[in-house]
Amino acid sequence: MTEATATEPVLRTEGLTKHFKVGGTLSRRTLHAVDDVSLAIGEREIVALAGESGSGKSTIARLLATLYRPTSGQIFFRGQPIAGHRSRATTLDYTGQVPMVFQDPFSSINPVFRISHGILRSLKLHRPDLSARQRQDEAERVFEAVGLTPGHEMLQRYPYELSGGQRQRVGFAQALATRPKLILADEPVSMLDVSIRVGLLNLMAQLRDTEGVSFLYITHDLASARYVADRLMVMYAGQIAETGPIEEVLARPKHPYTQLLLTAVPDPRAPLDVSAQAEVGEPPKVIDPQPGCRFRWRCPLAIEPCQTETPPLRELLPRHQAACHVARADEEVRAFG
Amino acid sequence: MPTENEAAEPILEVEDLSVDYLTDRGAVRAVDGVNFTLGPGEFLGVVGESGCGKSTLLFAIAQLLAPPAEVGGGRVIFRGQSLVGLTDRELAAVRWKDLSVVMQSAMNALNPVKSIGAQFKDAMRTHGVRSGREIAERSAEVLHMVGIDPIHLKSYPHQLSGGMRQRSMIAMAMLFTPDLVIMDEPTSALDVVAQRSLMVQIKELQQQLGFAIIFVTHDMSLVSHFSDRLMVMYAGQVAEAGATRKVFDAPRHPYSEGLLDAFPSIRGPKVALTGIPGRPPDLARPPAGCRFAPRCPKVMDRCTETAPELYLVDAVDVRCLLYDGSSEDD
Amino acid sequence: MAMMRAPVGPDDAGAPDAALVAALPTGGGRRRSAALGRLGRAIRSNHKATAGTVILVLFILVAIFPWAIAHDSPNAEVYRRSVGPSMAHLFGTTAYGQDLFAQAVWGTRQVLIIAFGAGLASTALAVLIGVAAAYLGGVWDGVLNLLTDLLLVIPLFPLLIVIAAYVHNSGTLVLIAVLTLTGWSYTARQLRAQALSLRHRDFLEAARVRGERSLYIIVVEIIPTMTSLIVASFLTNALYAVLFASSLQFIGLGDPNSTSWGTMLYWAENNEALQTGQYLWAVIPGALIALLGTAFALLNYAFDEIGNPALRPVRRRKRVRRAH
Repeated sequence: MTEATATEPVLRTEGLTKHFKVGGTLSRRTLHAVDDVSLAIGEREIVALAGESGSGKSTIARLLATLYRPTSGQIFFRGQPIAGHRSRATTLDYTGQVPMVFQDPFSSINPVFRISHGILRSLKLHRPDLSARQRQDEAERVFEAVGLTPGHEMLQRYPYELSGGQRQRVGFAQALATRPKLILADEPVSMLDVSIRVGLLNLMAQLRDTEGVSFLYITHDLASARYVADRLMVMYAGQIAETGPIEEVLARPKHPYTQLLLTAVPDPRAPLDVSAQAEVGEPPKVIDPQPGCRFRWRCPLAIEPCQTETPPLRELLPRHQAACHVARADEEVRAFG
Repeated sequence: MPTENEAAEPILEVEDLSVDYLTDRGAVRAVDGVNFTLGPGEFLGVVGESGCGKSTLLFAIAQLLAPPAEVGGGRVIFRGQSLVGLTDRELAAVRWKDLSVVMQSAMNALNPVKSIGAQFKDAMRTHGVRSGREIAERSAEVLHMVGIDPIHLKSYPHQLSGGMRQRSMIAMAMLFTPDLVIMDEPTSALDVVAQRSLMVQIKELQQQLGFAIIFVTHDMSLVSHFSDRLMVMYAGQVAEAGATRKVFDAPRHPYSEGLLDAFPSIRGPKVALTGIPGRPPDLARPPAGCRFAPRCPKVMDRCTETAPELYLVDAVDVRCLLYDGSSEDD
Repeated sequence: MAMMRAPVGPDDAGAPDAALVAALPTGGGRRRSAALGRLGRAIRSNHKATAGTVILVLFILVAIFPWAIAHDSPNAEVYRRSVGPSMAHLFGTTAYGQDLFAQAVWGTRQVLIIAFGAGLASTALAVLIGVAAAYLGGVWDGVLNLLTDLLLVIPLFPLLIVIAAYVHNSGTLVLIAVLTLTGWSYTARQLRAQALSLRHRDFLEAARVRGERSLYIIVVEIIPTMTSLIVASFLTNALYAVLFASSLQFIGLGDPNSTSWGTMLYWAENNEALQTGQYLWAVIPGALIALLGTAFALLNYAFDEIGNPALRPVRRRKRVRRAH
């Protein structure tokens, strides 16, 4: 387990923001999917980005994968801003080093081709120095590295012949083929059976250790985040609510939303607190929001500043930050649980 | 199968129920000889992963099977009356009044072009409630029961959040205070906070109104906190079944054990997990012996030859040769 | 986006994929014969497909080898006029002394050329415009949509009449061109709709993330997954080409000296065939047009059913009692 070091992180964002226009063509309303997110991912580390629907975590993945253009803010890859990428060569280089693994194993692979199709195309685009024979060998090597053995036989199969877990491994293989520094994993195990998930989480940890790849692991499941990640970032309504080393955040959650999430995670081995829980509402749709904490309507501890000032992300304990007016560094302030 | 409610008349008796899918390759048995009894007010959790047959089982009980699926054998007896073989008309009398169903995704089950109130009205009209006042009162009452402001009777499904939509589905299922409510993964499309909220609501409603629940899910940890009994399914068969706490605290079937172990813990020490590598068998060609044998960490030689029956161990049914009473050779 | 968890249902949820692959010729050589074999089986098992294929194949054979079937020349006005059906003249003769059977047989060729020519060309156009509009979105979608809608709104047959009258008396090629330029809009709409529903599938985003260009994605990643709809579009377009071409010829806007079912109808009408009791002269070409149209329609339904198992007719099977 490593933490973000003082050296330049692999990927860093500053004030990353993404707004979408909503309503008809004449409407001026915007949906604030991501607002002012500054995060960093270092070498050889797995950072979990956790949140519920509407939190903006998938949008962040797509911004980092350059599927969306940021409304404002910067993304730095190894210290260089990627907005400066003009030529096809530099954008290809970036997407090769920061590839993405998708959530749905049943729609992330084109059903009409063999599963070798994506990975061979990837190699052709990103490693043009390789010959056809070398591409084939590399594809086999990467397949075996993710547990799809025997490589040359699996490459010939069609997607419908594989299980969900195997298809997700294909996704990881495709990402690995381009020798990435960081893999963006967008809920890679959510749609898999429980008995299969652990296998893929173990694969991620193993790739971090043996191939030196970092991961941004996007999930809504805190338990799996704890299992595999080094650091945790909790997102709510487009903003980062809390961030820090994962054990630290889970043991001493400072933000009321993190506390709420923790009480809701079912753990089969521990008795669940089934005491009558008042309806705690749902995450808001953030359209043209006013300043103020976006969690205030659901927070039992909301005070005056919460209504008017958006709380900044501040460091409460070493490397442990939370965006909350009520949270304290020294004492435990419990909103939930 | 042992129940905690032996004294009262069971609400539901499922005897040796099998469901076949008729395909070009021949009949595929998706559910194989499932037996259980449900007493009034009992909460039964049916747990399993993709392809285990739990949803098919549910549909068979609710008589919602459509070709190419059909009941291949066995009986479903609801309040003493056999459901299999009833005509649609006879079933209509039972449906919704005594037995209702909550589907997985409200967006798929609710009519997107009708308001919630209009859909409640449809349901009530179908069952002979004519008075507009009665309909309005009851609609408001059930919404209130699930914690939704009755003003939303005028709302369309897309105007409600995911959690609220699921709640309205449940409210609709409550219209005639049925004796049995069957739920097919009603929480899987929800976020974890909304999920927990909904589960608590369901449990409260159950305690208030006294209906029995069959709750199908793949998320064992979720249902374990609310169910009285648990039934774990694998490859179309019951692998383990018994009181929730018993199955949970000491799972006997290697599959149940593996499944429980596959959940990383949010509290407590961090442990390296393995899950259950492999995949379920192809039900078109089921293996001769135990269906879990290829993936079982405790497999013995005879597991691939002999198909295990359900053996009773400490009031829990377990389909595993480890418990068939003969001594273990290896 | 709804938070979905593990999928419910059998693990081989790729069953629709299997049917899709079965209907396609694929890139890998080894699989090609397997896919064709599956297609063959699919055709044999589906009654509509069998019937449609048989009829179509018969017509194609007749079009390729007309001399093997009809020994007379279609245009030679050498026989006795307006004779009823007999051994020498299976369908009788026209008022000009031409053998009707020979005309029908030789006419097949032109009809099929128009059907396949206009069918393929308008489908190609529809695919290009429909899929590009869906994938590119934005301004492109707007412009292409406008074009499509314009053509959809204008009544097709009057438009055809106007255009054909303008280019009066030109041959098959012009007819095909005219039919193509006016006939693509209907199927373009359908293809655009399907492409729109596919646009956000993850494997397209994956291709984008991989660094593929838009044109590559449209041609290589999207279009092959739409094969069944494209085939269906072709069958629709071919059918309408036959009907419209015959109609144009019937009203005299084709080349009246060519040999085709539509021109047979034209001459039959000119000579008041029905009123003067020369029924076969009018009925035979009409029946053949209907038969060819039926073949295309049957194949269209069949392809839908092959590609989408949910549409297949449910046959009641006898209970199979399994021995326990």
